[in-house]
Amino acid sequence: MIEVRGIKKSFGDQEVLKGIDMQLQRGQCNLIIGSSGSGKTVLLKSIVGLVKPDAGQVLLDGRDWTGMPERERKVLRQEMGMVFQASALFTSLTVEENVRFPLDFFSTMSLTEKNARIAFCLDRVRIPQSAMRKNAAELSGGMQKRVAIARAIALNPKYLFCDEPNSGLDPETSVVIDQLIQELTREFAMTTVVNTHDMNSVLEIGDHVVLLRHGYKAWEGSGPEILKATDQEVVDYVFVSALFKKVREALS
Amino acid sequence: MLHGFFLGLGSYFLFLGSVLRRPESWREFGKSLMREIELLGLSSIPLVIFISLFMGAVLTIQTAINLDDPFIPDLFIGVAVREGIVLEFSPTIVSLILAGKVGSNISSSLGAMRVTEQMDALQVMGVNPASYLVLPKIAACLMFFPVLIIFSIGMGLLGGYLAGDWLQMVNPDHFLMGYFDEFNPFFIVYALTKTVFFAFIISSISAWYGFHVKGGAVEVGKASTKAVVAMSFTIILFNYILTNVMLQ
Repeated sequence: MIEVRGIKKSFGDQEVLKGIDMQLQRGQCNLIIGSSGSGKTVLLKSIVGLVKPDAGQVLLDGRDWTGMPERERKVLRQEMGMVFQASALFTSLTVEENVRFPLDFFSTMSLTEKNARIAFCLDRVRIPQSAMRKNAAELSGGMQKRVAIARAIALNPKYLFCDEPNSGLDPETSVVIDQLIQELTREFAMTTVVNTHDMNSVLEIGDHVVLLRHGYKAWEGSGPEILKATDQEVVDYVFVSALFKKVREALS
Repeated sequence: MLHGFFLGLGSYFLFLGSVLRRPESWREFGKSLMREIELLGLSSIPLVIFISLFMGAVLTIQTAINLDDPFIPDLFIGVAVREGIVLEFSPTIVSLILAGKVGSNISSSLGAMRVTEQMDALQVMGVNPASYLVLPKIAACLMFFPVLIIFSIGMGLLGGYLAGDWLQMVNPDHFLMGYFDEFNPFFIVYALTKTVFFAFIISSISAWYGFHVKGGAVEVGKASTKAVVAMSFTIILFNYILTNVMLQ
């Protein structure tokens, strides 16, 4: 479980996060949603330690991640996997080398074990054997995302973070990526945190959804609950599109 | 402007502090080092050969024209060409050219990794991106630039001799005697010392610019240009300082 307590972050005069509290459960897809500029990327980066919050705490299964010395943080980082918005694969390496990278750095596995783990991870995200020797930059956007997921789960992490995993993907591939994230979350009992503004993802995989508005938590609940929510903040965010207005009318 | 300069200088030294650390994995460092030697060093050999051959040839022609006097033997033209190549042309001019080729390569490749979040990915994994990405580049430049400069000196001297002979501007035997006449081996030490300094300047300054890119592809290009300008200024400045210290 990840517990976020009173996280605040400002850049100059601009207060981006105004004290966020939330609990993200293990084995669930926890979605952070919100419009552009609402602070969801800064919140995710604060949780993974890419941004240092001005105040507040992040607890990873009770361990104070924000106040931890760098040496201990380094060890704990091996329990984390992250999928970036633009995949962030190492473009000078092949697909196989990308997945091998964290294993070479942090595992004590033998070469045979590493090869087996790489094959398992790539197979799990449905990357064919024929693509293993390809350069990461040669792959399509959807395949790059899947390889990024394979790399993220290579060390069997406890926490999986995804920053807008569907960004730039067509609706069909987006659903595939969403389903993959959900399957892996259940299978490996990870605490998964997904940043998104895709309402399809919210309804498909949102076990727990947190809506951010202007740097504070505006609403919290499950994916299906968001359609019935009457809070003005949710209405302003979710029901701006004609499609969701019709869904809401049909539900009521 | 001065405030910005000192802020940048402070940031550069902090950056060096995070780069010059013991590698997290010596095995990975070794692999990266070999890759960088090939990318930054071996791939520069054709350029160094071409520039040095013609640089030596031009130096011989210019010196022969300026010392065209029956009372000045061709031996002195050989001496002048040798000293010009060893002391200045190979270590400084070739380093300036390498600043353009190698330096822009380093800053643009690191800049591209920054804007595509590849450095963030390393950091999330627990790998220090500064040390992992930059240290092998600095080490490769420090190891291979002296080799390139020795190569350049050899090619420059060859180019000078061939031009003098083909154009019949000098007596080749007398000119060649000038190459060996009263040679001071300390000049090689001086040239290689300058090269090591320049290699560090090129690799570290370009890496600093690339590492701190913010924005997108346009900013990567801008950082690369700024890096080449900064490296050229610093090389010229250190050329003066080192010459003053070592040859005075």
